[in-house]
Amino acid sequence: MAPPSDLNIDRVAELARLALTDEEKIRFAAQLGSVLVHIEQLAKVDVTGIEPTAHAFALSNVWAEDVAQPGLAVADALRNAPAQRNNMIVVPKVVD
Amino acid sequence: MSVPLHFQTVAELSAQLASGKISSCELTRAVLARTRVIEPQVHAFNSFDEADSLAQAAASDARRTTGRSLGPLDGIPVGLKDVISVAGQPLTASSKMLANFVSPYDATVTEKLKAAGAVLHGRLNCDEFAMGSSTENSAFGPAHNPWDLTRTPGGSSGGSAAALASGSAIATLGSDTGGSIRQPAAFCGLVGLKPTYGLVSRYGLIAYASSLDQIGPFARTVEDAAIMLGIIAGHDPRDSTSFKTQVPDYRAEIKTRRGPWKLGVPKEYFGAGLDPEVGAAVEKAVGFYKSQGCEIREVSLPHTQYCLDTYYIIATAEASSNLARYDGIRYGHRSKEAKDVLDVYQKSRAEGFGDEVKRRIILGTYVLSSGYYDAFYLRAQKVRTLIRRDFLNAYREVDALITPTSPIPAFKLGEKSADPLAMYLCDVYTIGVNLAGLPALSLPCGFTAGGLPIGLQLIGQPFREADLLAVAQAYEEAHEWKLKYPAL
Repeated sequence: MAPPSDLNIDRVAELARLALTDEEKIRFAAQLGSVLVHIEQLAKVDVTGIEPTAHAFALSNVWAEDVAQPGLAVADALRNAPAQRNNMIVVPKVVD
Repeated sequence: MSVPLHFQTVAELSAQLASGKISSCELTRAVLARTRVIEPQVHAFNSFDEADSLAQAAASDARRTTGRSLGPLDGIPVGLKDVISVAGQPLTASSKMLANFVSPYDATVTEKLKAAGAVLHGRLNCDEFAMGSSTENSAFGPAHNPWDLTRTPGGSSGGSAAALASGSAIATLGSDTGGSIRQPAAFCGLVGLKPTYGLVSRYGLIAYASSLDQIGPFARTVEDAAIMLGIIAGHDPRDSTSFKTQVPDYRAEIKTRRGPWKLGVPKEYFGAGLDPEVGAAVEKAVGFYKSQGCEIREVSLPHTQYCLDTYYIIATAEASSNLARYDGIRYGHRSKEAKDVLDVYQKSRAEGFGDEVKRRIILGTYVLSSGYYDAFYLRAQKVRTLIRRDFLNAYREVDALITPTSPIPAFKLGEKSADPLAMYLCDVYTIGVNLAGLPALSLPCGFTAGGLPIGLQLIGQPFREADLLAVAQAYEEAHEWKLKYPAL
């Protein structure tokens, strides 16, 4: 298995807000290491003067009339909430 | 021997519904009965709701008896991949993260199918969040290939393909980000169409990689795919990447558009890694078009070797951003172990996501992170420009491209699941199309000696699905692959 180019799995998992086990860190780093070695091929392509493509068709500034549309009813919006009370979503304490 | 209802086409069944020979209730009951028998072996569905399907069928029959039929799909059971919202029904993306989620609204394609009278039948198994090529990444267990139950039906829309191939639906929808409609269609002996990016609204589709995702149909025939596309296509103000374009009557167009066409064979798609039986079947299909007077030209797509790397940077970057919404706060799984807010995010995501989703989130976060953005993400976007340019250059010479859909036929369940890179290499012929935003379809072009279906990929020009379908139709009507069914 090729070494990960310089994938700092702890740092990336923290950025991605994923609590990984030690076993997962070792396994994913090895698997992604071989993917990264493959991906590093892209360094060989001459991209001088080439514009990036964000998506395939040049659509920008899609405008809509400023007309209010009905949104989700509160009951529908809360239907999938993990915890709720008084029409609000309950979360752990954020500030002391 | 007459073909059982559950293996007939939309075109055939809609004619029988129109003439009163069958009712939607009879058809839906036949499909449900088939589903009950087959499902324990195939596992194409995450859930289905028999009472709801029968109620829709009864409503269709009532419309028809009062002369208010809604067209060719009215009363036909259609299955949806479990990433497409149907109001009031479960929507899981085959993830523990959404195991208990119920859709609060309809996707645009769902609204359109309902307006066409379709009987929406079941939510179909797939790889978790549509990430995978075998449906083995489903949190609820893999789907099986109806042609050989020890093999994968492909992925990520494997359930959509397996349900249709086994007679548990008459047509289905999937989504295709890197080949997730075309590869399962090839593995299961079906027609599978990925439309041009922007032709079909993504509103109500669970996002994986937003600049690549497109919804499209699985069908038994090219004509059925044309019927389905005509219903789901069209501009939608709720999807800002939806394109304002005329939607032709595809079903009528494929009967009037006749070749000969100029077809390009990209030499990069016939190199190392191509299974000899697949290669031979595709060469034979190329020979068929030549015998019909089509001009066959070898063309080059020189950046093909970079498609896979470009895709796995762009798709994972977009996925890491899209999947940030699953934070355990407003909906989805919330960890019972979490003590504070950061804990809710980190533990809910750790418990809710499976391995492949975690891997792609990590890769995507890495390629977007400070210090790596230019080297990976920005560079990949530039290479994407070159890949797209390759296709547009080829279309100066030819009308469409002809390639294998997958380098190999359906592989064994478990064969590649421990090696992500080997799994990614299965998508090598399909991902360029998504990066370039083009329409493409897979249609059956033969079987291996072992009895596994082989898929032919036709790649068309942007928003010219009518031509693409017509090229496919010319092949299909001269061959009898569509008359073969798995012996389940």
